[in-house]
Amino acid sequence: MIKFILKGLLRDRSKFLFPVLTVFSGVMLTVFLYSWMNGVMTEIIRTTAHFQTGHVKITTRAYAKEEAQIPNDLALTDVDSLLTSVRLQFPDIYWVPRIRFSGLIDVPDEKGETKKQAPVFGIAVDLTGKNETENKILDIENKIVSGRMAVKPFDILVSTLLVEKLGITVGDNITLISTTMNGSLVMWNFIVAGTVNFGISGLDKSFIIADFSGMQKALDMENCAGEILGFFKNDLYQKEKSSEIALAFNSNYNDKNNEFSPVMTTLYNQNDLSSIIDMASKFTGIIAFIFIGAMSVVLWNSGLLSGLRRYGEFGVRLAMGETKKHIYGSLILESLITGIIGSVIGTIAGLAIGYYLEYKGINMASMFKNATLTVDNVIRADVTIYSYFIGFIPGICATILGSAISGINIFKRNTSQLFKELEA
Amino acid sequence: MKMYSFTVAVAALFLLNQQQDAQNIIKKVEKNRHSDNKYVVSTMIIHGRRAVRKIKAKSWIKGEEKSFTEYISPARERGTKMLKIKDNLWMYSPSSDRIIRISGNMLRQSLMGSDLTYEDMMEDPVISSHYSSVILGDTIITNRKCWKIKLKARTEDVSYKKRIILVDKERFVILQDERYAKSGTLLRKVSVKKMEFIQGKWIATHIIFKDMLKRGKGTEFIINEIKYNVKIPSYRFSKSSLKR
Repeated sequence: MIKFILKGLLRDRSKFLFPVLTVFSGVMLTVFLYSWMNGVMTEIIRTTAHFQTGHVKITTRAYAKEEAQIPNDLALTDVDSLLTSVRLQFPDIYWVPRIRFSGLIDVPDEKGETKKQAPVFGIAVDLTGKNETENKILDIENKIVSGRMAVKPFDILVSTLLVEKLGITVGDNITLISTTMNGSLVMWNFIVAGTVNFGISGLDKSFIIADFSGMQKALDMENCAGEILGFFKNDLYQKEKSSEIALAFNSNYNDKNNEFSPVMTTLYNQNDLSSIIDMASKFTGIIAFIFIGAMSVVLWNSGLLSGLRRYGEFGVRLAMGETKKHIYGSLILESLITGIIGSVIGTIAGLAIGYYLEYKGINMASMFKNATLTVDNVIRADVTIYSYFIGFIPGICATILGSAISGINIFKRNTSQLFKELEA
Repeated sequence: MKMYSFTVAVAALFLLNQQQDAQNIIKKVEKNRHSDNKYVVSTMIIHGRRAVRKIKAKSWIKGEEKSFTEYISPARERGTKMLKIKDNLWMYSPSSDRIIRISGNMLRQSLMGSDLTYEDMMEDPVISSHYSSVILGDTIITNRKCWKIKLKARTEDVSYKKRIILVDKERFVILQDERYAKSGTLLRKVSVKKMEFIQGKWIATHIIFKDMLKRGKGTEFIINEIKYNVKIPSYRFSKSSLKR
């Protein structure tokens, strides 16, 4: 039966070519769009996690509430013992302490007077310790454009655009004007060890990376940290697992009246990322639904046209004693085969584009010029295992749905009128 | 119609009289406060959300336009110096060995983590040159009879557009000062807890500053020592003295 239908399809181009082309285009777009959007979402989550939220984050309750203001006066204290404790309790996670800060960079002239100033924001991460985790997470060494990695506590890495703006070079002394944990104004000298470019417009304008131990001293934060970030070792955010970890941690520190007790928050519950993550998880369904709808309409239309063209064929088959149900069934089987062939070719094409964009990416720096979002300027597609299957949902469903609707006309044929119709 | 005009004229005269009275009171407050030169040793007790900090400083003040402050404790702040000349403020930090001019947004930063800002420190203390005043009534605070006076900014270059002050009727010391933003939001409240009669002047020696937008119990400002009409060498008010 299948062999018979297949022969019929291959010999009659009008039955085969247009539906396959329709399915091919739809499936290719589905696979490509899915992989692309997957890449965008993954990139947003990845960069935000690396620079801001971690996969989980520990802060004080008070800090968590006012986080947007970078309230270092509400930072975690006794961080060394807290780090030891979480590293023991959750060994599958990389735990890193950080300090976020903002202020002014003041560049002195030969006399030590202010030559130039610019507002900056930055993070202090462990650059000089033995632990290479932060270097791995932020890929710092590979982002250095000139100079070297920070090796001393008061070495600092400055973003390339800021270096240009301030007219400084590697090796220059600069002063950071910021506020200590106690709220006092602080002026602290740093040496520009290198310039970095993360390729993230939101960061590269006025970003600095300092060493954690140096910044602890500068901001009067001995054994304190603004936040402790936790990262899954495979660098992929796991929603359920992170919720379990946060729940387990928070059950140890459930004194809600103490605003300085530590609290763990998952990436999902920070920076309004829940809506992005929820949208990403629903995205497969949304794409499949849109393409099923759109392709069904096209294929329904083509089925109707084909039905008109094959009016005589169905008549003869009915006159020869084939039941209406059987003809309808064979029509559905034909569409299934068409759908599978179109989906296979469409998926191959979609994957090819997806893999190309995963490798090459598209530089969207001009779009992100004024963006505050922490996202890489080069957006890449992300081909996952689902990319191999997602196209089959609209590809097969739409062809079957299109044929099923257009084929209903078969049941409207009246056997008594058949010969009259055939004579005509 | 005649009656109406008469009422308006009487009301206007009353208001003018009230304004003149308020201006006279403010001038007496300023006269009591003014001194050509003074030397002050003070302690700031900052009641933060987390801890209480004590910061001790020595200040040399010349008139209303020049002041030099050196912080002497705690260890972290020791050696930090500030120089104010008219509208300029410079700060020296021993940790960086740099002198930096505090300007723009930095002026709105908290002074040493207290409830005061650098802008508060910079503000011209001569009220009469920046505010128009009117007496709102009489009141009693900490058993002292006071005038309640409303101050309205006449110039744009003041941090607070409206202030309500309570002035001691006998000693001409401001016992309470509520400072408002243009929107009417109460930004800062200053309350005097102790007054002392020193070298012929009544001065507030224990003041509480409270930033109303900040959590915490405010900042106590205590004058430990004050000397009027001391000799201050002119180099004290130069940038080079910051590094000495």
